[in-house]
Amino acid sequence: MDFLNALVAFANFVLVPATSYGAQLALGALGVTLIYGILRFSNFAHGDTMAFGAMATILVTWWFQSIGITFGVLPTALLALPFGIIATIALLLFTDRAVYRFYRAQKAAPVILVIVSMGIMFIMNGLVRFIIGPNDQRFADGVRFIISARDFKEMTGLSEGLAIKASTGITIVTAAIVVTALFWFLNRTRTGKSMRAYSDNEDLALLSGIDPERVVLYTWIIVAALATIAGTLYGLDKSFKPFTYFQLLLPIFASAIVGGLGNPLGAIAGGFVIAFSEVTITYAFKKVLIYLLPENLEPTTLVQLLSTDYKFAVSFAILVIVLLFRPTGLFKGKTA
Amino acid sequence: MKPALKNPLLFAIVFALIMVTGFVNSWNVALGIVNMGLISAIMALGVNMQWGYAGLFNIGIMGFVALGGLGSVIVAMPPVNEAWSAGGLRVLVALATGVATIVAVIVMRARMAAGRRRTLSTLALLVAGFFIFRWLFDPAVAAIEAINPAGTGYLGGLGLPVLIGWPVGGLLAAGAAWIVGKTALGLRADYLAIATLGIAEIIIAVMKNEDWLSRGVKNVIGIPRPVAREIDLQNSANFVGWAETFALNPVTTSSIIVKLSYAGLFLIVLLILIWLAEKALNSPWGRMMRAIRDNEVAAEAMGKDVTRRHLQIFILGSAVCGIAGAMMTTLDGQLTPGTYQPLRFTFLIWVMVIVGGSGNNWGAVLGGFMIWFFWVQVEPIGLWLITVITSGLAEDSALKEHLLDSAAHMRLLTMGLILLLVLRFS
Repeated sequence: MDFLNALVAFANFVLVPATSYGAQLALGALGVTLIYGILRFSNFAHGDTMAFGAMATILVTWWFQSIGITFGVLPTALLALPFGIIATIALLLFTDRAVYRFYRAQKAAPVILVIVSMGIMFIMNGLVRFIIGPNDQRFADGVRFIISARDFKEMTGLSEGLAIKASTGITIVTAAIVVTALFWFLNRTRTGKSMRAYSDNEDLALLSGIDPERVVLYTWIIVAALATIAGTLYGLDKSFKPFTYFQLLLPIFASAIVGGLGNPLGAIAGGFVIAFSEVTITYAFKKVLIYLLPENLEPTTLVQLLSTDYKFAVSFAILVIVLLFRPTGLFKGKTA
Repeated sequence: MKPALKNPLLFAIVFALIMVTGFVNSWNVALGIVNMGLISAIMALGVNMQWGYAGLFNIGIMGFVALGGLGSVIVAMPPVNEAWSAGGLRVLVALATGVATIVAVIVMRARMAAGRRRTLSTLALLVAGFFIFRWLFDPAVAAIEAINPAGTGYLGGLGLPVLIGWPVGGLLAAGAAWIVGKTALGLRADYLAIATLGIAEIIIAVMKNEDWLSRGVKNVIGIPRPVAREIDLQNSANFVGWAETFALNPVTTSSIIVKLSYAGLFLIVLLILIWLAEKALNSPWGRMMRAIRDNEVAAEAMGKDVTRRHLQIFILGSAVCGIAGAMMTTLDGQLTPGTYQPLRFTFLIWVMVIVGGSGNNWGAVLGGFMIWFFWVQVEPIGLWLITVITSGLAEDSALKEHLLDSAAHMRLLTMGLILLLVLRFS
């Protein structure tokens, strides 16, 4: 019964990666949920917005690295982030002006807006691949590990190591800062309150004199920032490849819906629920069980509930189950 | 321009474009475009049924197409007898147990009052059912996949003629659509979209990983054909003699003849489906569907069960997509689950439906041909365009190289642009 080793193995392979992934999904889901709540449609282009934001940040990072600007132990991408955000804001405001505004004026059905966002998704996808190419891009620098597995083993004397990558730490810290800032903005400032009012009841908000175009403007700006930060953090943690952002779109939607579409707190909760489920259900518990169980009960198989190939299927299955049994989501977002 | 004149004119334009490709590139390329265009037109027809008649935004088309392909494999491939004796029966029993568990849960939930007891019993039944299923399933699958994994490693099919596989593919897709529809159809349009996308991903994930069923990513090759094989034609003295009397190259001619035969088969299926769709549209059933589409509330007030009708349309449209999927797998001669990607299938078909004019059967077919033609030709045309644009730059300029490399990505951009322009301006 080696409880500590089991705990460390569990933390290393389940808790830490799931928390990091959950933070990334939460940031993405926040963007999706804001657009749904305020602009009232599901934005299928969000994944590729994240890709664009990450791409802009990468280009500026490479430029910084080439002229010798670094950030010490932290990755240079964090310095380049504001520039990436500005580029993404420009892109989103342009698409709003060129495309979405027409349908908003027409009061088009939400499903039309979804199809339009699909068209924009195509264009953004092509644009990102055109500018930076479809291959893997690495742009992380700075220190790699906060604690490496070997250091941990030396410090504690256990046989299992707990490695915490720097990018994981940065993801969690950045996500916490961004979420706090966002909630402060939404709850404590007049603009945030007007956005929430517009989301809750559009007609009353307009009657109270809230300018809808301003609300839309602020929404796109905030979404651009969230998408860029989420995309860059994901790229730092794993690696940047345009195709993976489209695949990320699906767990992000699952997180937003599970938490309740239109509810920012729900988006964060949903992100962590989906991340933890994906990692836990596809994790092979053999190692942990070997530490926990006595010799004769040790498992011979991998003890994996579902194989790792089914990772995306897990988030969908959860999504479908939530849609079946509780369509408003965990935190009672907008009704189905 | 009068609609009666416009439609044949647009078809004539697309036909002319394909003829131009035939002369400029080669007839093989042109016929390849025609064949895939026919299949895409059928898929667009199915999606158009769901969108135009019922306003259902289904972006899980890829899953139904894949199931159609699976249908043709299950019907046409020869059975692997050793695999059947090793674990076939046990796998079927395991699957039956899984289905029985789900049915038992549904029945139990219907009978019990809502509350903690019901939730706990549901969970207990599901957990127990899952473990029994895995206990039956895993050894059977391991046994099946151990039989000649490089060559077969799966259960095989029924060894029936491949043309039967097409309606069977449609039936499989219809079955899946029934399950999907029952769970997801009450939802708002964009929720339905995400749910269908998710379910399609699950179907593809299952096909990629359950080797005992579809060989997973090892792919099933050598699916029997309904038409002659090029190599048989080339080896037959009659054919070579015939080709030589017309001064034609036997190799390319054999390829063209095979493609023409496929085109003929696909055209027959397409015409049957269009005929059925048009007849249905002008029947009492069609009038009811249009009434529901135009004013759902009024139709419900008249006593029409809207959800049931939507489910009906969802199943029919998905069955059509399944038939198209089976046809596509037959054309390719192989089942490659790894190629079923959302960007390629689902969204392209939607561009076809939107461009063709939603709700219009002939429009969907036209959209299918046109968009498929552009999808194939945008790459060479884009490359030519960029070569012309960058011809002023130096030979080894990095920018020129980058632009030339990226020409292939213009496809997606062009598709998105076409979609947006059509939605906005028509």
